[in-house]
This record gives sequence, structure tokens and C-alpha cells, in this order.
Amino acid sequence: MAKVLMKGNEAIAEAAIRAGATGYFCYPITPQSEVAEYLVKRMPEIGGVFLQAESEVAVGNMLFGAAATGKRVFTSSSSPGISLMQEAISYIAGAQLPCVIINIVRGGPGLGGILPAQSDYFQATKGGGHGDYRTLVLAPSTVQEAVDLTMQAFYLADKYCNPVMIIGDGMIGQMMEAVEFPEKHTEPELPPKDWATTGAKGRPPNLIKSLFLDPLALEKNNLILDEKYEKMKKEEVRFELYNVKPRNKVLIISYGTIARICETVIDELEAEGYSVGLFRPITVFPFPEKALKKEAIRANIQTVLTVEMSTGQMLEDVERAIAGAKQVKFYGRTGGIVPGPDEVKEQIKKLVSKESSRKPPGKKKD
Amino acid sequence: MAEQSNAIFSRPESLTETVTHYCPGCTHGVIHRLIAEVLDELDLRERALGIAPVGCSVLAYNYINCDFLEAAHGRAPAFATGFKRLRPDMIVFTYQGDGDLASIGTNEIIHAANRGEKFTTIFINNAVYGMTGGQMAPTTMPGQVTTTCPMGRDVAQVGQPIRIVEMLSALVTPAYLERVAVHTPLHIIKAKRAIKKAFSYQKEGRCFSLVEVLSTCPTNWGKTPYEATEWLNDTMIPYYPLGCLKTPNDCGDE
Amino acid sequence: MPDVTIDKNHCKGCGLCVEVCPQGILSMSKELTVRGYFCAHVHDPSRCIGCRICAITCPDVAIEVHANGTVFNLFEY
Repeated sequence: MAKVLMKGNEAIAEAAIRAGATGYFCYPITPQSEVAEYLVKRMPEIGGVFLQAESEVAVGNMLFGAAATGKRVFTSSSSPGISLMQEAISYIAGAQLPCVIINIVRGGPGLGGILPAQSDYFQATKGGGHGDYRTLVLAPSTVQEAVDLTMQAFYLADKYCNPVMIIGDGMIGQMMEAVEFPEKHTEPELPPKDWATTGAKGRPPNLIKSLFLDPLALEKNNLILDEKYEKMKKEEVRFELYNVKPRNKVLIISYGTIARICETVIDELEAEGYSVGLFRPITVFPFPEKALKKEAIRANIQTVLTVEMSTGQMLEDVERAIAGAKQVKFYGRTGGIVPGPDEVKEQIKKLVSKESSRKPPGKKKD
Repeated sequence: MAEQSNAIFSRPESLTETVTHYCPGCTHGVIHRLIAEVLDELDLRERALGIAPVGCSVLAYNYINCDFLEAAHGRAPAFATGFKRLRPDMIVFTYQGDGDLASIGTNEIIHAANRGEKFTTIFINNAVYGMTGGQMAPTTMPGQVTTTCPMGRDVAQVGQPIRIVEMLSALVTPAYLERVAVHTPLHIIKAKRAIKKAFSYQKEGRCFSLVEVLSTCPTNWGKTPYEATEWLNDTMIPYYPLGCLKTPNDCGDE
Repeated sequence: MPDVTIDKNHCKGCGLCVEVCPQGILSMSKELTVRGYFCAHVHDPSRCIGCRICAITCPDVAIEVHANGTVFNLFEY
């Protein structure tokens, strides 16, 4: 398949179509309105449903209804809109329905701003709605990866009968990059969706609900959900390492757009005699705890630095995973400001003494 | 009118000097001025609270010279209710677009009106979502092209545009409801009278008041400012008839 | 004789005042304002009747009208 230059929002929309999505519900919100503006033309071409709702509260509940058909359905929005969907997401998780939710994150809280941010991490990974539930959360750092993860998200949603969320950010949504769509979208086998409420013909009526008045029944439902989340932790953890070498002095942990910027920082620092590795979670739920610990406790690592476009949210998962085995530092910018490589580089230089062995002492370059 | 030399028209005190971010020809600016003139004439500026929506007029607080709250999308009537109930002596008005009031905020405006909350809403109907780049709104006209109905609004798919003032007038609770427009000087003058009446009802603590103002959006209608006033006149007014649909006297409320 | 002053800082060159002036004495100047708009201007001030319709129409409150002794109280505003 040829590479196509596409805006992130539109590439994500096309990826959903390629993954077999036939239902999309939306509400206008910057910086992701282009997903809707693309799909209003594209959905009819495949005989799918496109609808702009009166609010994101309605969108979330339309998603519940549409998911009950067993078809692949999704929505996209941005932070304030995603907040309005939290109740519906809790219901969808409680009723065990599959759907995909794209969050092109913008600065918050409140009306906040419209520039890129990563300040919805808690809401996405710890559950913004009520009750014991989780959503599987994937965090792309390029437009191509956003396409790949969006396609996988529909499979994962069906596999676990659970909402799956993609958290991009304003940068990934608005940026144009070359992307490639697979010739043919193939997926592992999935069981038929017998639970869909498609009419009680030749079978007893199906019921999709999250109400369990009997506490034992509700507990049973919670344990079923929990089992799924444990299974996700075993089977769905995804992460990527960059420049991870035995002589790394610092391990950066970062995801999404800012992880890409850290890769530039790492290349430049390597040339200046600082060895830094990057651990990039791709799933932020399930968080790659074991893999992170394994990389972080290596001998030469002096410091673990978490870099986020927030005031430190993934930081808490990093601290929990490393559990004191290494010193964890944080650097972040918020409000929609995307720190440049120099800024992050400066932080690292402060944290660590340069490797003197490889460079003759006199040759310092600042 | 500010008593300066022999000025017979000048910037009202309740309007700041800030140059607005609105597009050239956008009549949000006219409506802001009308509100400011009414605040001056009824001497309300220093006890007024404006509540700005999410949308093009989210920045109204930079232009209208009184205390302001900036509300979550569609929730201004709830903000206003909460504030007015605790400070009934203050003059509270919400300034909302059609994406804000007629879409995400329909629930809030209906129940505020039905409870008879004593604040004033200035509802701007320009048949499109402006700030987010021209998507279809509940008030978008049949056949009107927007970025989320590129083939023109298909009423068979998404229904007819919503007439907010008519919808609210079906509520039994007394209220003052009028629809005006600001696309010609004559209409602007009449619109000011309606806005003044709305604020006067609030000043008397009489009833809920809402003025729907048909307004232009040259940029997202794809028209010049003047063509936009013509389109409003020829296309919107036949569907959204102007006039007063309800006053507190209609319901025998003395 | 009434006069109309147009604030170059506020005028966005939308042209609405030009359309509504009953005397047809307003037009868009070729001069670019600091904001990059072609500003409106009164090309025949002597025929201005001080009706204020231009100022009433202006979405940016860029127009101020002075009576200078002659007050044609044409309508309440």
C-alpha cells in the first residue's frame, strides 16, 4: 500500500473505517473536529452511520446503544468532551460492551486550552467514571502508530467486551505525516457476538445492563470485569525501548508526542557523552510495570526521569512500578506547551555527571 | 448615550475599548453593543454579571465591561440559576450561541425557563457552530452546507431546525420571550428595544427573559458581510419569524 | 454640520456601513490599517445628516457621530 500524507485526525478516522467500524457518533470540539468532518463523507461510502449528537453526554449514550448491535462503533472527542462521556463509559464497561473512544487531549482543567497536553492520564487509566472498571488505554506517539493502534483497538474492544481508549494529543491530531494502511486488515479469530440484542428470534431474550441490585450478583459482575483487567495485564502490555544500553546513566519514561522529542534529546546527548535510554509505554493501562522495573533497576542507572506534558500523572504509576528501587525525577510542561529538545536536555544534564571515561577530560562541550 | 461634547453616538461605557476577535461583519459585535447600551441606560453595569458560553462569544468577557463568569458548554443557565438564587439583587445575563444553548444546553435552558429563574438570556442564532470551524448546528437551515453536512442539511436524516423561542413558549411558567434580528439598522433598533425590555423585566424581578437574536456568520456561511445579511433576511427570517411570543402578562401573572 | 469619525484601530473593513448609509457618502478607502484592513471613510462629509445609521450598523463600534450644532432627531435610539 502506498504511503499517504494525512492529518492525524483524518488518518485515525480512516483507520477506524479500515478496522470495520460502521457507527460513529460525535460532537464538534477543537482540536479533533476533523475526524468528524472526514467521516461525514467517508462513512456513507461504506454504508456506515455518522451522526453529530447534541452533546457528548448524548454521544456516550448513543455509543452504548450502538454497541448493543454488536457492530464496531466509536467516537472521538477531546478532554472536556471525554469528561462528559465518563458516565456512559462506566455503563459500557459495567454492561461489558465493546467500543472505541479517541481522546485528542488538550490542556485542562475546565475549558483549559486547545493545544496538546497529556493531562487526562488519570481520567483515562484510573477510570473517570464511577465503579470498579478500567478502560484499555493505548498511547500513540506518531500518526502511523495512531493508525495502527486505532485498528488494534477495535479488535481489543471486541476481545475484552470493554471500552478501549486511544489517547493522542492535539499534536498527533493536527500533525500531517506519511501513513500506510495495510492492504488487507486481518485479525485473530473472535467468538460470535451472541450477546447482541438483535431480536429474540429462536433464542431467549438478551439483556444488556449494568444494574445488579443483589450485592452478590454485583460483586460477581465486578469480579468478571476484574478478571478481564488481569488478563489485559498479562496479555496486552505494549511498550518500546529506545537506545537502552548497559551504560545508560538515565532512563527516561515518556509516552506519546513528548517521547518522540525525548528520542531527539537522547541522540544529541549520546553524541555529547551522556548515555540515556527511553522506556516508552504504548499501553498506559495495562501499565508495563514489570518491564519498566526490569529496565530501571539496571546497575548504571542513576536516575529515572519521567517527562510528561502535565504536572505528573504517569509519574505515580512509574513510582509505583519502581517502588523506591531508584530515584524518580519528573519534568513536565503543561497548558499546551510542548517542551523542545533543548529544554529536556538541560534537565538531564543537571541530573547526571557526564561519562568521563570515553571522552578526554578537557573536551567539554556545553 | 455618554454625554461627551455633542456626540450623538459613541461607545457605551459598558463596552470596553478592546478590539474584538470576531470576524469582519460578524454581528456578535452589534449585539454586544446593544447589551452594553442597555446596561448603561438602565444603570445596571455595576451590579451586572455576564455569563459567557463556549463558542465564538466565549471572549465576551473581554468586551462587555462588567463582572463575568465563563461557563462550561451549554451550562450557562445553570451557572446563572446558582448565582441569581443567592444574589437576586444582581442583574444576571447569559450570552449563548446556538451550539451552546440549542444543542448541548437545551436541557439547562428549558428547566431554567420552566422554573422561572429571574435572569436574562441573550441567545445568538447564527445557524452554525462558529468557533470550531463551521459545523452543523440544531439551527442550521435545511439545505445549508456546513462541514458536518457538506451536502446540505438533510432534514430527513437530522430533522428540522429548532425554534427555541417557540419551544420555550410552550412552557406554562410566565416569561418574556422574543425573537429579533440584527442584520439591518431597523432590525438593530428593534432588537435593542427587546433587549432593554428583557433587562427591565429582570430589574423589576418579574420573570425569566430570553431574546433570540438572529445573527450573521460571514466566514462559516461563506458569504461577504453584506451577502450574509441578505441570506439571513431571505432564508432565516421566513423560518424563524420575528416578534414577541410571550410576556409575563399573557399568563395572567400580575 | 454633523461629522462621522471612523476609528482605524477598530474598523475591520466589513463594508456594512457603506451599504446602509442613506446618503451614500461612505466608501472603503484604499488605505490599509495597521491591522491590514481597508478602512471605511466618509468621502463627502458635507452631505452627512447625522442619522447615526452607520454607527448603529457597525459591528465593531468603530464609528462615532457628532452633531456639531445640527441635531436631526430622526428617531429614538
